[in-house]
Amino acid sequence: MAQKKASQPSSKTLPKASQPYSKTLPKASTGIQGLDEITGGGLPRGRPTLVSGGAGSGKTLFGLEFLVRGATQFGEPGVFMSFEESISDLTKNVASLGFDLDRLVAEKKLFVDHVSITRSEFGETGEYDLEGLFIRIADAVQRVGARRVVLDTLEALFGELPNPGIVRSEIRRLFNWLKQKELTTVITAERDQPDKLTRHGIEEFVSDCVILLDHRIREEISTRRLRIVKYRGSTHGTNEYPFLIDDQGISVLPISSLGLNHDAPAERVSSGIARLDGMLGGKGLYRGSSILASGTAGTGKTTIAACFVDAACRRGDRALFFAFEESPQQIVRNMRSIGIDLEPWVRKGLLQFHAARPTYGGIEQVLLLTHKRITSFQPSVVVVDPVTNLLMVSTQNEVRSMLTRLVDFLKTQGITTIFTSLTAAGALEASEADVSSLMDTWLLLKNIEVGGERNRALYVLKSRGMEHSNQIREFVLTDDGLRLLDVYLGAEGVLTGSARMSQEMREKAVVTFRRQELETRRRELERKRRIFEARMVMLRAEFEAEEEIIQQTISESELLGQEVAQDRGQMVLSRQADSSSYKKEGRAKVAPVR
Amino acid sequence: MPITKTKTRARVRKPAARKPVVWKLRLYVAGQTPKSIYAFANLKVLCEEHLKGRYQIELIDLRKNPQLARGDQIVAIPTLVRKLPLPLRTIIGDLSNSVRLLVGLDLRKVD
Repeated sequence: MAQKKASQPSSKTLPKASQPYSKTLPKASTGIQGLDEITGGGLPRGRPTLVSGGAGSGKTLFGLEFLVRGATQFGEPGVFMSFEESISDLTKNVASLGFDLDRLVAEKKLFVDHVSITRSEFGETGEYDLEGLFIRIADAVQRVGARRVVLDTLEALFGELPNPGIVRSEIRRLFNWLKQKELTTVITAERDQPDKLTRHGIEEFVSDCVILLDHRIREEISTRRLRIVKYRGSTHGTNEYPFLIDDQGISVLPISSLGLNHDAPAERVSSGIARLDGMLGGKGLYRGSSILASGTAGTGKTTIAACFVDAACRRGDRALFFAFEESPQQIVRNMRSIGIDLEPWVRKGLLQFHAARPTYGGIEQVLLLTHKRITSFQPSVVVVDPVTNLLMVSTQNEVRSMLTRLVDFLKTQGITTIFTSLTAAGALEASEADVSSLMDTWLLLKNIEVGGERNRALYVLKSRGMEHSNQIREFVLTDDGLRLLDVYLGAEGVLTGSARMSQEMREKAVVTFRRQELETRRRELERKRRIFEARMVMLRAEFEAEEEIIQQTISESELLGQEVAQDRGQMVLSRQADSSSYKKEGRAKVAPVR
Repeated sequence: MPITKTKTRARVRKPAARKPVVWKLRLYVAGQTPKSIYAFANLKVLCEEHLKGRYQIELIDLRKNPQLARGDQIVAIPTLVRKLPLPLRTIIGDLSNSVRLLVGLDLRKVD
């Protein structure tokens, strides 16, 4: 009782089951993942919907999920009338999907009734009607205040009751009654022939909405499909949509999102390889873009993806690695050999691996699993390695549509994704499954065979919205990571491996030679300068010697002149001469004497 | 209980109903519809003829007690259920065909 009381007020706050965007026809949300998207809001409210399918196609589960979601998510109680399975069987069967029928029944959100009729116990005398069934349904509806009703394989009545004419007219009456009561009803029906919707043709009573469930096996792998055959008064998706039944019930996968209107962030993230970032306009990849790394076997696709993951984790972003070929341990070990240690990121919870062979389930299962893992982990980087393995489980067409959906989904989430793709040798640019047009950046890896060896090369085949290098770069895996090397162009194109090395050596030799030559010249100059300087010294010495001599001569001759004059004076004195010049000298000299 | 009942039933048949068993019949109807009234009348006539003095008819109107429909798995109306003697037998329809009703109830003519 306490539970019931608690549930009453909360039902007011529950979201309204009818979607706002369907103006014309009121719809009742199924709560089934993806179905409301296709139907534009759900099943027609207050009207019957026929769900038809072969044995094991998930009809009963569809009905039950419709009720359970209605009761738990939209506050609409429901009635389940089972004509085939007993209540305890039903409860057990759906318990594995996380639906607790007993609890819902106890909370009066659901009423389950098992209508068990066995022909062998029956006798028939005269006319009858199905008022008893009507009363049971009406009673059940009234008990829980149901807005939704599921009649699980109503057609069982045809098998068990005599006089099909009466059954038909009574079923017609039942549908009218359900419509009048404005109960959103799901009627399941068995389909045993491909050209008929139902075994007993009850689709003629249900004119509003018909959904076909299909379960087919192709190449040993089962896929479930859902198609809306008709939906009166409403637009709807007309394709066959794959759907899955797993531990959370039914999930329908719309082929593609309604519009291409995801954001395009201008933010750039590093690819983890510095020189690759350089090739991509120097800034790396756009956040939220999808990158394809395709190449033949052993070209290093996984390594590039691992570099990217490593870089993301270094930034503190979360990364999710879908490995369809190797186990996580193997990837971690292999990447360690080139100096990329992913284990710390796993331990820190930044990196999660999801490793499984896609053959485990169908392609839809793979897609759904990826969806679920992405939704629960919320990574900013995702690696799908390799997408080509998906071709093992499905046709090209399906893989392509699946990838379209995945890419759309990832883009709307703003997740940067690297898809690796194994291409057959010789068809390099024809990516498997034609996924290239979905991708924003395409890195092509290839082996170049030159001079008896194979070397890895990488180039950017396309990269939307950024300038990118048109060069082919060789890349080598070293002990400390992946390195992109310089381009060496030779006569046969890009030089790689030992051809590159010899070219490198040649270039080194040329450089050395030039340097040596330069050195020689420099030395010569020096020598010349020294010679010149030596000569200069010599000349100066010579000059100085000469100068000395000349100076000496000059001073000598001066001295000589003085001596001559002196001598002459003395001669005058001694002769007492009277020449004017001598008189002065003589008077002066004489006077003291006088 | 069932064992003793089958014994009594066996005695009914062979020693020509020396110890008569009371037949418990239950007729499900939904309101006073012509079909229901007709069925009840037919049943009454048959019982008077073949089971005089050793039958009980319980008339259940599902309009008044809808929850009772689940117990006997009632889908069609009218439905006649033979509760006793065992095994349970169910007959649907307005009981207009008396031959089929006799066969259905496993009721042989008492000579």
